Amino acid sequence: MINNVPFFAVMLLIAIGLYTILFKRNLIKIAMGIVIVEAGVNLFLITLGYREGGLAPIYTHLPSGVEIPGGLVLPVPQALTLTSIVIGVAILALILSFVVRIYRHYETLDSRNIRRLKE
Amino acid sequence: MTMPDEGLSPVVRVIAAMLFPFILIFSLYVILHGHLTPGGGFQGGAIGASAVVMLIVAYGARWVESKAGEESVSVLESLGGLMFVVTGLLGFLLAATFLSNFLVGEVLFGEIPTFGSNPGILNTGGTLPLLNIAVGLKVIGGLASVVLIMALGSRRDAA
Amino acid sequence: MDWLLTHAPALLIALPLLGAFLTPLIDRISGKARSAFVLVVLAATQLLMMALAWDVFTQGAHIYTMGAADPTATVPAQAAVPVRIVLQVDGMGAFMGLISVTVSLAAAVYSLAFMHRESGQGRFYTLLLLMVVGMLGMEFTGDLFNLFVFLEVLSIASAALIAFRFYHGDAVEGAIKYIVISSLGALMVLLAVALLYGQYNLLNMGALASVLEYTYLDKVALGLLIAAFAMKCGAVPMHMWTPDAYTVAPASITAMLVAASQASLYALFRICFSLYGFTLDLTTVGIIIIALGLLSMFIGVTMALPQKDIKRLMSYHAISQTGYMLLGVGVGLYLLAHADFDTYGIRAMEGGIFHIINHALYKGLLFLTAGAIFYKVGTRNLDEMGGLAHSMKYTTVFFIIGALAIAGIPPLNGFASKLLIYESAYRVSPILSIVAMLVSILTLASFVKVFHSAFMGPRLEGMGDGREVPRSMLVGMGLLTAGIILFGLFPDWVVSNLVHPAAQALADQAAYIAALGGGV
Repeated sequence: MINNVPFFAVMLLIAIGLYTILFKRNLIKIAMGIVIVEAGVNLFLITLGYREGGLAPIYTHLPSGVEIPGGLVLPVPQALTLTSIVIGVAILALILSFVVRIYRHYETLDSRNIRRLKE
Repeated sequence: MTMPDEGLSPVVRVIAAMLFPFILIFSLYVILHGHLTPGGGFQGGAIGASAVVMLIVAYGARWVESKAGEESVSVLESLGGLMFVVTGLLGFLLAATFLSNFLVGEVLFGEIPTFGSNPGILNTGGTLPLLNIAVGLKVIGGLASVVLIMALGSRRDAA
Repeated sequence: MDWLLTHAPALLIALPLLGAFLTPLIDRISGKARSAFVLVVLAATQLLMMALAWDVFTQGAHIYTMGAADPTATVPAQAAVPVRIVLQVDGMGAFMGLISVTVSLAAAVYSLAFMHRESGQGRFYTLLLLMVVGMLGMEFTGDLFNLFVFLEVLSIASAALIAFRFYHGDAVEGAIKYIVISSLGALMVLLAVALLYGQYNLLNMGALASVLEYTYLDKVALGLLIAAFAMKCGAVPMHMWTPDAYTVAPASITAMLVAASQASLYALFRICFSLYGFTLDLTTVGIIIIALGLLSMFIGVTMALPQKDIKRLMSYHAISQTGYMLLGVGVGLYLLAHADFDTYGIRAMEGGIFHIINHALYKGLLFLTAGAIFYKVGTRNLDEMGGLAHSMKYTTVFFIIGALAIAGIPPLNGFASKLLIYESAYRVSPILSIVAMLVSILTLASFVKVFHSAFMGPRLEGMGDGREVPRSMLVGMGLLTAGIILFGLFPDWVVSNLVHPAAQALADQAAYIAALGGGV
């Protein structure tokens, strides 16, 4: 049961994020929602990569007597998470600069008032 | 309450100026040791960019802009990206395929350590340190220019 | 030449990437040099793509393993499964690559004059080249995670380009809708990738396909992938971002966005056919794809009819045309394990796939003509324009060709692919063909309306300066028109030499698995 706690956290984070994106009207909150979903997905990847008793494959800091490569962890999920974090930073920067532009133009962050395209 | 037009108090400014070179050195350390210890291009680059962000907070975006314009920071980013692609292309010009490690056994970064735990030999990894440096340059340039542009763009008097 | 062809898959991604990073540097020296450089890079990419496509269609699929001693060694000596980053170009990948590069080249040529008045053109072309990188990467990769990475590269570059004319508030509005939707979609893709990786410890699509068991978690992953890619290709009911983003983007970028949506469509087909393939519940998934197609076709065209904004109208038609592709390939998926697959299932897939390239050509052309009108008249509102045929003769001709092609009038290319879809979908259910034809008629009606209100009528005051648009824009439109006419005149040659190998490559999952080194 205790091993499943991260997965519940993942579900919770994704649910909160989706709720925020779908039901909040403030553009900054929508950006936060995306970041929360992303955090959930990243937590999922990291949790998948966890192996009890496994060591990080950093050869400079291995304690003596560790079996190589059997005692080490394959760091693919961590690499994926890192890539996803990098992409997340880029997306967040882009969204926030759009939000700045929109605020400059419409003087509001409420998505209900930003609908020139709907007409 | 009156705040200076931009930036923070002299105390913060002096401390920020003193810390700036140390943060940059730490960033370079993380980038260069990317193939030996945790870290690498992106992490080190993010640390380096945070040094620039500290200056933006302490001194104000306009001051940073006057010292190192957004244009020149973007050049750093392009150079980083260029270096990565060129390293990849050299991989198949000098060795077998795109991104091949053509430096193995060469003088620069080419040392082949014995298998197993070692104290960390910097001169290893082949093209990996080069790629880390490229990514580091790109991330410092990219993140710093993003924050700089946002700081300039969100000023109240901005056009 | 052989050496070049061997490395072509990696070069095709590296070349635009190199161009993208060099463009801002050259732009600091001279604007003219930068434009010339971008065109040279895109032309070189186009030539290389054509050479690679020729080789793929005559000699068979290409495999390229990054960083390996031998490009075809997908499984390293020390490992039991393919862990390296693999590019795989088979008939379908080469076909999609051709579309992306051709549309991008035409869009770049068109942009030379179209974006002439804008500032920050260095960034424009950098992002344009990054879009090419994203599209080609999605179409060539044999690795699920790289699919996600290139999807994000494509989304970020597209969003920044949609907002390029940020001084119009609505451009940023469309862009933020696009980026929120795409990043959410991409996160769903990543979640699906994580679900698959957690079960099988594999990211290589071929190896994954060979061990996939279609467990409950696999179904969840499939649902996430289909939803995400259907959202990205603008299928109803996830279409709401499409008209907004297409409308506000600069016209040349809208043409590229069409190609970008099709890269997502390609990913959707790749996931269904090559990754899941025969393990799928083919009937259910086939019906879902067909239903998505029918909904997109019908709702797209009915939403297009009342539009007043010329680009918004065309955007709804883009949704509707995407429906044809989903319908054609969905029928193929529905029949994949069926005895009739070799007779008309494959015909339906050919129709759907042929429609992809046709749509990229004529919808690209139509958006470019809409851009030409906007360039001269300064409005997208159909009610405010008229009599343009007097001053813009070439644009009028291009528009007529594009409009007739999209409505499926023989002998243009839209007819050829629609006929294939009508014939084969009829065998599954006559209703499919009836809806498809009805949509075609409505499309024609809608474009007659556009033609009438924009081009016909007396010469109006204030409609531009009475001259044709600059030459580079005409060349960009001409490139696509030449493609439409050629494909319309020789549909049989195209179908048997380009489309059939592409459909075959999608349908033949075993070959895909073998090529990527799976099943070890």
